[in-house]
Amino acid sequence: MRLPPFTLHRPRELGELLELLARYGDDAAVYMGGTELLLIMKLGFAEPGHLVDAKSIPELGELHVSADRLAIGAGVTHRRIERHHDVQRALPVLVDLERRIANVRVRNAGTLGGNLCFAEPHSDPATLLTALDAEVELAGPAGRRRLAVADFILGALSTALDPGEVLTHVHVPVPGPDTLVGYERIVFTERPAATVAVVRGPAGARVVVGALGPRPMRVPHAEMRLVEDDIDAAVEATSSAVADTDTEPGADYRAHLAGVLLRRAWSAATANALSVPGAAAPTKQG
Amino acid sequence: MHVDLVLNGELTAIECADNELILDVVRERLGLTGTKRSCDMEVCGSCTVLLDGLAASACTTLVAEADGKELVTIEGLSDGDELNPVQQAFVDHAAVQCGFCTPGMIMSVQALAMDHPDADDETISEYLSGTICRCTGYVKILEAARQVISE
Repeated sequence: MRLPPFTLHRPRELGELLELLARYGDDAAVYMGGTELLLIMKLGFAEPGHLVDAKSIPELGELHVSADRLAIGAGVTHRRIERHHDVQRALPVLVDLERRIANVRVRNAGTLGGNLCFAEPHSDPATLLTALDAEVELAGPAGRRRLAVADFILGALSTALDPGEVLTHVHVPVPGPDTLVGYERIVFTERPAATVAVVRGPAGARVVVGALGPRPMRVPHAEMRLVEDDIDAAVEATSSAVADTDTEPGADYRAHLAGVLLRRAWSAATANALSVPGAAAPTKQG
Repeated sequence: MHVDLVLNGELTAIECADNELILDVVRERLGLTGTKRSCDMEVCGSCTVLLDGLAASACTTLVAEADGKELVTIEGLSDGDELNPVQQAFVDHAAVQCGFCTPGMIMSVQALAMDHPDADDETISEYLSGTICRCTGYVKILEAARQVISE
């Protein structure tokens, strides 16, 4: 398959990139790893006349790890995240997730920022980042702003990016030692069929189901049950929430899957906690 | 556009359109047909090449990405008639059935050996899980990969 014709631009600064996006409007697409964009262009689903390659903008290639957060530039590849020792120390669950995305070639080229901007419902990172209360930083004609990942992904292939706006960074809070984090998925082909992320800390719990709807879905009822350490009730609440929103054939199977994945994610989260000295273990195990 | 790269050890200049992909140019313009086109969507691994030492899907990578970089295709592994260790391991274990996926498999194991010289079985599987053999000859391929890592 051939790509439709386009002009490739390689700005060296963010300002230059924003100018190009303003100049070409709807006819421009930001190009990073190309693992999603080039694919849909080959399939004829998009035909931008201008690709704006953002890989040469130094700011977007930065990856900073501090005690309480990760700042991941939009140009940082999955490979860099999965092989970064400080990320491994700070948030091993993210490294485990990154290692399982697609295949090694896609991870060498593809970026976390690009993954979020594409908003493919079967995205691994979106589910976990929603549960971690991660944020995206955007830059555009009106300046910079931050949005929760949960508010950034609006639906299947749809984000809150305004015209002329670009994602510059992903900011991920690093959970403290008193917070449990787990992520599990089931995968039959290249992309996961169902994903569940769970976080429980002093401020409360998050249960997020991904890939079973147009965007990651929080399950507040399951979160309340987890705060009470009742994993059985949380599993039931998660299955019910999926059954309530899924009207396609096979919904009962997918509802069951979501519950199973929550139980596994919670087991993984508590097992991780038990292996970390000083970390909080739940009072009742699921 | 003008692209300067090191292709299989040789300085090479390519004039190409912005939308040209590595797979099309190496196969059709440069006559390097060892890199195979199969799924054409980054899933099967048949078109795997090394770009600055990292495995890449030639089917979905712009030639522009190779500018200023080193590109290695399957033709660049051997030294004349002398096979490189990955190729030799595939021969030793008869890790070939129909042979169509073999160049991509060899390039993937080459990438594995460079990324993880002490790879365990889980890591070997992680690399090979992105390459598909329709003959399902994975056992021999795994044996070949293990030999490369143990050497």
